[in-house]
Amino acid sequence: MSRHLESEIEKLKKRILSLGATVEETVSHAIKSLGERNAQMAKKVIATDSEIDQREVDIEEECQKILALHQPVAHDLRFIIAVLKINAELEHIGDATVNIAERVLFLLREETVDFPFDFQEMAQKTQSMLNRSLDALVNLDAALAYAVIRSDDEVDAINRDMYGRTQECIRKSPERVNSYIHLLGISRHIERIADHASNIAEDVIYLVEGKIVRHHTEDFKHGVENE
Amino acid sequence: MTEPAEIRAKVQVRDLTVRFAGKETLRNLNLDIYPNERLAIIGPASSGKTTFLRCLNRLNDLQHTFSHTGRILLDGKDVYDPDVDLAGLRRRMGMVYAVPEPLPWTIYENLVFGPRLAGFRDKDDLDERVERSLKSAYLWEETKDRLHQPAHNLSGGQQQRLCLARVLALKPEVLLLDEPCSGLDPISTAKIEDALVELTESLSIILVTNNTKQASRVSDRTAFFLMGELIEVGPTQQIFTKPNHERTDAYITGQFG
Repeated sequence: MSRHLESEIEKLKKRILSLGATVEETVSHAIKSLGERNAQMAKKVIATDSEIDQREVDIEEECQKILALHQPVAHDLRFIIAVLKINAELEHIGDATVNIAERVLFLLREETVDFPFDFQEMAQKTQSMLNRSLDALVNLDAALAYAVIRSDDEVDAINRDMYGRTQECIRKSPERVNSYIHLLGISRHIERIADHASNIAEDVIYLVEGKIVRHHTEDFKHGVENE
Repeated sequence: MTEPAEIRAKVQVRDLTVRFAGKETLRNLNLDIYPNERLAIIGPASSGKTTFLRCLNRLNDLQHTFSHTGRILLDGKDVYDPDVDLAGLRRRMGMVYAVPEPLPWTIYENLVFGPRLAGFRDKDDLDERVERSLKSAYLWEETKDRLHQPAHNLSGGQQQRLCLARVLALKPEVLLLDEPCSGLDPISTAKIEDALVELTESLSIILVTNNTKQASRVSDRTAFFLMGELIEVGPTQQIFTKPNHERTDAYITGQFG
């Protein structure tokens, strides 16, 4: 690799990791704003989104520039492709945190309702998935990326469970239907964040192994990735 | 080219080892070249690319220190068999070199020289060969009104296409190209590359190039040579996205070479 391309790729790596750190922090704040009923924190999450959007555009333009000027191949090419995709996933996560924060602000205007399920467990699992998917990117660790994808089922299961519990709550207190629908929406957005983390992990596997696994995740969820 | 495994190879190289003055320059090489495919050979300097190309139509025979073991089969017959007609072999496997060397005659004479040597004398046949080979080399439109002018008046890019047409006039079955675009501008390079893509409808192409981007643009398969050994060969898309060997990855990403 030419020194020029090497330094461009190094710069790009720093930018995507920095965006990842910001998005991780935003997810943490969004979830905290719900648990702590903190309107200020929720507003901060919403305000951060335009910064995330701008950085996503900058990173995409950087990738376009490297593709056009250096025409990278092999692992360099896979790195740029992975960054382009991870960049988009991070931006989607940013959008999901805005949705959560907006729902938190709605809930804070309403009378308090009990959570129909354990948000903390779901949030912790999701944050851990996001954290580990970005670690897998930093360390080019495919095994960790596979583990992230396997974790997605657990978050999906919690989200599915949420529907039943919410229905029950609405039946018991139909006058609070709006609040419960917003809580269900929050659960849905946390589950989407876990999906995006899982997609980032898939992109890391492509980067490290050159394999596109997103349509075959059932195979290695049952432990056959090395066959 | 579709699925090479099911197609009989046009050229089969088996256990080829080449020495010059006893020193190995190619080691135990095994490689198939299929009909109607473009195979690119890449690798750093002194990896044996050109030596390999020159073995195929026996140009290395001209060096008295050359010796080899192994076989090179063209349609199943070893090109090193004693009864092989060398001129005939070189007509079947024509070579285009890095630097264009037009003969000091007209464009037309450059093109009919080879066919005449091979015994073709009929004027209509020669005229047809001239037109067809110039069209195949993407040079017809630029030269059809000046066929009887000196070839040296052509630009560098046109001269290289003339050299390509000169080989094509002999209707080869395998086209060997040794860095054919190394001295050409991007437009001339693009014309040669377009010609190569169309030519594989009727022949096989082996392209030695130091320009890995050219290999990725025009070839169906790519072979990576390093220090006289074939490190890997595979579909070009695979070689340039996920090569199997770290040394291939390191070479094509510019970490050495």
